[in-house]
Amino acid sequence: MPKLLPLGDAAWTVEFGEAVDPALHARVMGFAQALERAALPGVIEWVPTFRSCTVHFDPLSPLADGLGERLLEIAAGAPAAAVLGRRWRIPVLFGGEAGPDLAELAARCGTSAEAIVARMTAAVFRVYMLGFMPGFPYMGGLPEELAMPRLATPRKQVPARSLAVTGTLCAIYPFASPGGWRLLGRTPLALFDVRRPAPALFAPGDEAMWQAIDATECARLEAEEAAGRLDRAAFLVAPEAPWPR
Amino acid sequence: MAALIEVLDGGLATTVQDAGRPSHRRFGVALSGALDPALFACANALVGNAPKAAALELRLAGPRLRVAGGRVRVALAGAAKGEVMCAVSRRLTIAPWQSVTLEEGDELKIGAVRGGVAYLAFSGGIATPPLLGSRATHLRAGMGGLAGRALAPCDRLPVGAAEVQGPERRQAAFLHESGPIRLLPGPQDDNFVPEALRALVEEEFIVSRDADRMGLRLQGPRLEHDPRFGDEIVSDGVAPGAIQVPPDGQPILLLPDCQTVGGYPKIATAIRADLPRLAHLLPGERLRFAFATRAEAVAALRAQQARLAAWIDGIAPHVPAGAIDEEALYSANLISGTLYDGAEGDES
Repeated sequence: MPKLLPLGDAAWTVEFGEAVDPALHARVMGFAQALERAALPGVIEWVPTFRSCTVHFDPLSPLADGLGERLLEIAAGAPAAAVLGRRWRIPVLFGGEAGPDLAELAARCGTSAEAIVARMTAAVFRVYMLGFMPGFPYMGGLPEELAMPRLATPRKQVPARSLAVTGTLCAIYPFASPGGWRLLGRTPLALFDVRRPAPALFAPGDEAMWQAIDATECARLEAEEAAGRLDRAAFLVAPEAPWPR
Repeated sequence: MAALIEVLDGGLATTVQDAGRPSHRRFGVALSGALDPALFACANALVGNAPKAAALELRLAGPRLRVAGGRVRVALAGAAKGEVMCAVSRRLTIAPWQSVTLEEGDELKIGAVRGGVAYLAFSGGIATPPLLGSRATHLRAGMGGLAGRALAPCDRLPVGAAEVQGPERRQAAFLHESGPIRLLPGPQDDNFVPEALRALVEEEFIVSRDADRMGLRLQGPRLEHDPRFGDEIVSDGVAPGAIQVPPDGQPILLLPDCQTVGGYPKIATAIRADLPRLAHLLPGERLRFAFATRAEAVAALRAQQARLAAWIDGIAPHVPAGAIDEEALYSANLISGTLYDGAEGDES
């Protein structure tokens, strides 16, 4: 049963479980979709996470009293989401300067960098939530055999758009920032572009696969993106279609 | 008429803020906005702005500004004051809680900000380009406000068009309530041993040096996590006011620039009505917490809103010391035959 947790007098967290798990997250997203349909007055926004959804509301709204119970009803009645979000095929330049930890990860796994890239481009990653910084996607789906702890000493500066892994999670840093995840590559796409009406590339529930590109193609796409000429829709995969291999 | 403000000295941490940037937290975008929404509303009301117009949030040391174009009315809310070096060889003192009108060429210098935070509002509001519906600056993400950062020399701040007419306006200081910061337990109060919840409200905490718009690290009794649940959780949603407790047991009280999700258990969350007071806590200051009920939290917020509305209703015309008010001169002469320059602020 979903649990209702108070986050002060202006937010409720509806908790579905305590694990990082795709089935649990599908219930979170099903709840978020039901919440969208319910259009409850006084509700300002909601933030889906791995395992829960935080609903921010105006405590002075006439409907604030009893909102918690209403949220639990919606949570109990909402089916797990069938379609969670969009599907993306995102170009990534693996290894070298773009992915300084790829070789070490391969050595630790007793395999080659090429084999790691093959595993990375065959897996489907799920955006569980965005946080830490605008547009930062916490993604699941990293094959277990690639799971490694964080770096013992975090980097002072992770370059923007670095593809990074830790445990079985994967992420892309939208902006340069300190960070302790292992860097495997870099995408030319902006993860958070304030020039666009919807700045974040990903939304919670989206899925992504990586497509390996070379340095020339990466530089070309980076120049297009910097000039504001890149059409994000070109990297979408139709939701009904099977993943292109 | 729209005005333009040139920054001569940005002060220590002066940022453009407004009511914040809600509705984008699911994309990892922090709420941001004025740390003290009540004082922010007071400053705007004194210059006749709509409640959510963008203003400058001042901390520690205020900025030095010059009116590079136009005419603008300004007002300070909070424990700060300043002075104006007028282009036409006048020198004016700027006290908080009253408006003053600046002409092109006038220079404004705001001194030390006592009490942690103050607001400087401009008639017409600061008109930097909005981002996702807000002009609030989020320093960590480099977003919003003026290029996503604090004010610096040579910056130019556009101000929205507004009619500057009629007498100046003033009100008594708007004071916050005192007493402990009130909390609702949760969302993860179950992750702590009972003694931690007792210590939270029975003992005193000190604000450490680690304090910014994201949050305040506090020092006090160690708040022990229940070993059955560990000292981390799978990340979930956070909000300003939430008290995160990392493994060292020393709480972090979150403020409007906080992240949208976090992986430390949250023992309790400060009520909305007490959030404005948090920004006034300086490193070294002591604070206490107390638990409240949800009904008390809502009543406190309602009372605060009513008090603020009454304060705004009570804003009265005001003739500053040294200014010549012909109307007052005229009426005073007719009634008593003595000259009265309105220096004492007779509101009649």
